[in-house]
Amino acid sequence: MSRLPITKTPKPYVGGAFIRSESGRTFPVRDASGAFYANVPQCTRKDLRNAVEAAAKAGPGWARRTAYNRGQILYRLGEMVEARRDELVGMLVRFGESRTAAAREVETAADRLVYYAGWADKYEQVLGNVNPVASPHFNFTVTEPMGVVGVIAPDVPALLGLISLVAPVIVSGNTVVALASERLPYAAILLGEMLATSDLPGGVVNLLTGFRAELVPTFATHAHLRGLSAAVGAAERKALQLGAAESVKRVHFAAPESPAAWLADDAQSAYAIREFLEFKTTWHPVGA
Amino acid sequence: MVAPSSPPALRRLLDAIGTVDAVGVEERVAKYATRSIKKAAKVWGLRKAVSMVDLTTLEGKDTPGKVASLCQKALRPHDDSVPRVAAVCVYPSMVRHARRALGSGNGVRIASVATAFPSGQAPLRTRLAEVRAAVADGADEVDMVINRGAFLAGDFGRVQDEIAAVVTACGAAALKVILEVSELETYDNIRAASFLALRVIREGDFIKTSTGKTSLNATLGNNQVMLEAIRDHYLDTGIAVGMKPAGGIRTAKQALQFLVAVKETLGDAWLTPARYRFGASSLLNDLLRQLEKERTGAYQAPYYFSEAAESY
Repeated sequence: MSRLPITKTPKPYVGGAFIRSESGRTFPVRDASGAFYANVPQCTRKDLRNAVEAAAKAGPGWARRTAYNRGQILYRLGEMVEARRDELVGMLVRFGESRTAAAREVETAADRLVYYAGWADKYEQVLGNVNPVASPHFNFTVTEPMGVVGVIAPDVPALLGLISLVAPVIVSGNTVVALASERLPYAAILLGEMLATSDLPGGVVNLLTGFRAELVPTFATHAHLRGLSAAVGAAERKALQLGAAESVKRVHFAAPESPAAWLADDAQSAYAIREFLEFKTTWHPVGA
Repeated sequence: MVAPSSPPALRRLLDAIGTVDAVGVEERVAKYATRSIKKAAKVWGLRKAVSMVDLTTLEGKDTPGKVASLCQKALRPHDDSVPRVAAVCVYPSMVRHARRALGSGNGVRIASVATAFPSGQAPLRTRLAEVRAAVADGADEVDMVINRGAFLAGDFGRVQDEIAAVVTACGAAALKVILEVSELETYDNIRAASFLALRVIREGDFIKTSTGKTSLNATLGNNQVMLEAIRDHYLDTGIAVGMKPAGGIRTAKQALQFLVAVKETLGDAWLTPARYRFGASSLLNDLLRQLEKERTGAYQAPYYFSEAAESY
């Protein structure tokens, strides 16, 4: 007897749940051969608003976790990516990457998670400081997470680009609302399934699929987003900077020039964690 | 349909006032959430909702200072484009502090919960003394709780007599009768309790859903049952009574849905702070946040509106 295939309904991961767009809209994605693959939710600015609410709700609990525990959870996410390696490679190949390039991207993505997991309880020692002062005070600087940060992932590499931007933001206790690659949104759909099984509390990472042109203005002006980390072109950079100036938020543009540059070792750094930290300096009197 | 096991007093009352079609109510209120209210209509509704807020603080840790800052917020919720709220709602011991902070004649009224709020479990003379003390200290409105124990025991005469006694004790102050719907359990009971109150209170008084101190508070469903009781009473007697849902209304979106319910059940005559109020503490900030969003076009952060939040 012939069997009907059971196809998956792609749903992005927001607030610890798999959602459809509140608008009910979807857009078709096609594989490398041009054949229809699936309808992916076309998220709207209201979905973005809801995702920011979810991220804000999850924030205090995530920031209160010990650095060591955040590291454990990020490492666990790396484990999940590694465990579903074949599926991820197959997905990238279906959408046009060569098998070698796809394997390299997935491996680098898992390694990158482990890299930032390792920094979780170490960046404070590097970025924080005891400051020399000419008075009887003990003066020190510590870091704090900023809050909810918006991420706009590059079109390619869809999986590695998204993970490379999200990991350094959440490792310090920020929460993220991320817009997935428009060309290859399915990578974010699969990543959401790994997030859901990685011990990461719901709402810490919220993934949206949809059109950049529709969502960039809201990312730029939403006052509840404290920062933006985006891999975008010149026109979108300007729109983000104008909106960010209005709502006073920090903007960081990811530098890699080519898809290959995301693979390099220097695409990862503790300074990427610093981009979304606040520094607090305290003067503590020292007894005579 | 009245259960055969219900007390005879309830059955007699429901024979007179009619029962509630629970499924019909749920279905009708579900529709209220589907109305599309945008742009100018939304701004009108949000501003109207602000003017209907009873800005509330009912905590053991309330201090004169906290009440004073609440009063400042009531007088000037955001900027000059936003109206003042209807009232502040405090415990009786805080009424005189609120009066000092508010002054008088500026349109913001002082409501005080009384009658051993929230349980109501004190002797009647103690409860009446509390009402008189609150009014003497300067309360314009008194929020009382009904005797749910007596109601559930079927002692309706006692429930109604106590409400009537509080009406007398209020003097010129307006009365809001809290039914505490979560403890009444069925829509029929809510309708019955509404009528017990409606038959002894005056034009300009209110019936109110909840204390806000229990797990289940104001919902569109029990709001609807009470609005329909007010409508039926008004059509019978010509006495227009107000309504106050309280507890659990935290978002502007919910508030607009409640206003839709009022408009579609009682009409425009009830879309005024004199006849409809929201008992809420955090609702005002969300209303302001949405008004600001409509003004600027950008989504706002909650911590711009005096919300006690962590850095998130």
